[in-house]
Amino acid sequence: MTLSLDGYSQLILAGTWVTLKVSFLSLVVSFFIGLAGAMAKLSSNPMLAWAASLYTTLIRGIPALVLMLLLYFSVQMGLNRVTENFGMQQIDIEPVSAAIMVLGFIYGAYFTETFRGAYLAVPRGQMEAAMAIGMPWFRAFRRIQFPQMMRFALPGVTNNWLVLVKTAGLVSLLGVNDMVKAARQAGNATMRQFFFYGVVAVLFLAITSLSQVLLNYLERRFAVGVREARL
Amino acid sequence: MIDLIQTYWKSYLWTDGFNTTGLAMTMWLLILSCAMGFVLSIPMAIARTSRNPWLWRPVWLFTYIFRGTPLFVQLLMVYSGFAGIHFIRHSPLLWSFFRAGFNCVIVTFVVNTCAYTTEIFAGAIKATPFGEIEAGQAIGMSKATLYRRVILPSSLRRALPAYSNEVIFMLHSTSVAFTATVPDLLKVAVDVNAATFMTFQAYGIAAVIYLGVAFLLVGLFRQAERRWLAYLQPQNLQANPRPKEQPC
Repeated sequence: MTLSLDGYSQLILAGTWVTLKVSFLSLVVSFFIGLAGAMAKLSSNPMLAWAASLYTTLIRGIPALVLMLLLYFSVQMGLNRVTENFGMQQIDIEPVSAAIMVLGFIYGAYFTETFRGAYLAVPRGQMEAAMAIGMPWFRAFRRIQFPQMMRFALPGVTNNWLVLVKTAGLVSLLGVNDMVKAARQAGNATMRQFFFYGVVAVLFLAITSLSQVLLNYLERRFAVGVREARL
Repeated sequence: MIDLIQTYWKSYLWTDGFNTTGLAMTMWLLILSCAMGFVLSIPMAIARTSRNPWLWRPVWLFTYIFRGTPLFVQLLMVYSGFAGIHFIRHSPLLWSFFRAGFNCVIVTFVVNTCAYTTEIFAGAIKATPFGEIEAGQAIGMSKATLYRRVILPSSLRRALPAYSNEVIFMLHSTSVAFTATVPDLLKVAVDVNAATFMTFQAYGIAAVIYLGVAFLLVGLFRQAERRWLAYLQPQNLQANPRPKEQPC
């Protein structure tokens, strides 16, 4: 068994870029869905809180792969039906952006739970004090609540991100040309599937290890204002 | 929708008439991989917490690799990759084993869940209060007895909440088995979708069944926690009034 990439390094590199893009952009989407979901879950409006609870319970109870196939293909089918009825040309959803939206929607539920817990961990008085000196709610949230709750949220965010990256390895099943698909093509062409999937596994390991280092740094950064007793 | 359920409900739940399919296959995968992963992870967790670097370093490397890469890629390495390795291809015993998609799936799942479970159990063993171990030593227990009678019972109980998460996570992970042609619940949904083009309904039924199983597992683990972690529960006298003592 040789260790040469047989001229497939470009393909795998392009796939790695797609995997990174899909995971990072779905992290951004799910981050904002998570913040909105946490606010909804904690809101005093019972309808909003109920809808957010339904969202997190349903999404977290169903395997991500099932949801990916369900959402991706049924949205496309629904869209086809609409365009057919109106006699328009078929609109094909572009796989990469669809994968980002679907992954973002799924992990939004996990981030909702993370942020809900983190929001509750910050003493109420902080927000009340900010409002009392006349800050509008959004500014108080951005300057007072958010930086403090991120310290409690970061371990959960790290965990969600690592699971999200590993789930992003499934997007080749939706037709995205990510690095798993690149490895499949390279492996089938050279009959060295084990080697090429192994390369992808190493790349995933590199991504997860590097993110752990970065997120540990962020965790220390957000805990800068907290006094710790040292022995 | 009604037609679809009437035609395919048996496939979704247990059989397509020839093979075990659907929910029954998913549960079989889950039980088999969790049971074997559990048995393997206990000695590995003990090795992981050992002070001997020759013991803990290999286990650390094993969990690091298998927790850091996606299960799907691991499955592809076994299912598509092993066939191209000369040594496996030309050993009749190994090849007859790894030729079957089901065996590849089980091997991958066991190794994967073993890596996660090892870390969970190792964390719980490390959290054993030192007094419990010292008390055991003080009455002259051997190392094996100490593990069997003190450390393992208390740390496995403490690991129960994290372990229940891992089992639910594994239930969700079993859905990648369909890529290795194992007729699990998702594979049935994929086939029904291909046959009927009723995408939402085909996958939706599978999603609802997965949801039901996840709720069932959560309920079972809650019962288990109430039974084995009762001594750690906060005392809530309001909800569970203590029975009045009977006068003799």
